[in-house]
Amino acid sequence: MKADGDVLVVLAVQFAIMSLLALGGANAVVPEIHRQAVDLRSWMTERQFADMFAISQAAPGPNVMIVTLVGYHVAGMWGAVVTTLAMCGPTAVLAAYLSRTWDRFRHKPWRIVVQAGLVPISVGLVSASAIVLTGVAVHNLAALCVAAATAALAYWTRWNPLWLIGLAGLAGFFDLV
Amino acid sequence: MSDTTGASPTEPSAPYVPSHAELFLAFVKITVMGFGGTLPWTRRMFVEEKRWMTAEEFNDVYALCQFLPGPNIVNLTAVFGSRMRGATGALAAWAGFLVLPFALMVTVGVLYAQYGDVDALRRVLIGIAAAAAGLLIATAAKMVVPLFTAGIGPAPFVVLGVAAAVGVMRWPLLWVLAVLVPVSIALAWWVRR
Repeated sequence: MKADGDVLVVLAVQFAIMSLLALGGANAVVPEIHRQAVDLRSWMTERQFADMFAISQAAPGPNVMIVTLVGYHVAGMWGAVVTTLAMCGPTAVLAAYLSRTWDRFRHKPWRIVVQAGLVPISVGLVSASAIVLTGVAVHNLAALCVAAATAALAYWTRWNPLWLIGLAGLAGFFDLV
Repeated sequence: MSDTTGASPTEPSAPYVPSHAELFLAFVKITVMGFGGTLPWTRRMFVEEKRWMTAEEFNDVYALCQFLPGPNIVNLTAVFGSRMRGATGALAAWAGFLVLPFALMVTVGVLYAQYGDVDALRRVLIGIAAAAAGLLIATAAKMVVPLFTAGIGPAPFVVLGVAAAVGVMRWPLLWVLAVLVPVSIALAWWVRR
């Protein structure tokens, strides 16, 4: 847990790029975080990545906070600060800035075409996240059953997802997963 | 909007302009109440409770944040703050929204570093991770199904292309998007022509 300057620069650059590529929100960049942190730089194991995603989904606050956990794991307190600022800063500045001119271009034909082109991209990214995370988190039949049951209940009912997460955690505690 | 020190609010649609401290605290409160989803609470506080914004203004801001990349809800806080109190207002709202989740995540990070290998916690996290994967599958399905049933068009092919390139091939996101975003926008333009 050392705040190595080189690591902080890598974290800052990579997460700032990711924030600008996060079309459709934080869930869109889960595969890229995994690629960077597990495959490319060996900052953590597959299991640790699965843990961090699980925690960020179960904890209150926006899903994007997984980057804070990753940053802390990689480089301690400064790592957490750097990843959070890099992920949440640039696009917030962009949004605040563009909101002044939004009224001028929101009804322009090009804006509508660009958005129509971006929708399937973000849907594809969330689908990719689901594929990657299933590969990371599901390693046996019991876990597959939990994932499938949670997906079905979340898709067809309006139950609060926190109940489903709580039940799955309980099942894990009693060694059923 | 650039002058944030003016005492008298000039916009006729906003009878009351919240101070920086009020903006900060409003978003702190939203993160406390919004366990498992902050967007509904943001709307409730800004439109219904405090009446800092009309429903139309809220929808307008939300549309912008869906159009832009990045964590949508975080961007939303910056746009709200900026509309109320300019750049420093954006900072106050943004910081108010992030301060508690950040503190919580660092605390969890410390605990995880200490107790991540404890057997009982390992088992709980394995269960939660499986459920979290399931939730993401449901989120993806809710987005995919309307696109695939909307009729013949390029969208399903773009979805499959992105999902395969990023999810299966594990190619770098930057290169995948550098190719497929222009392709997808061109296809959308060609279909509408």
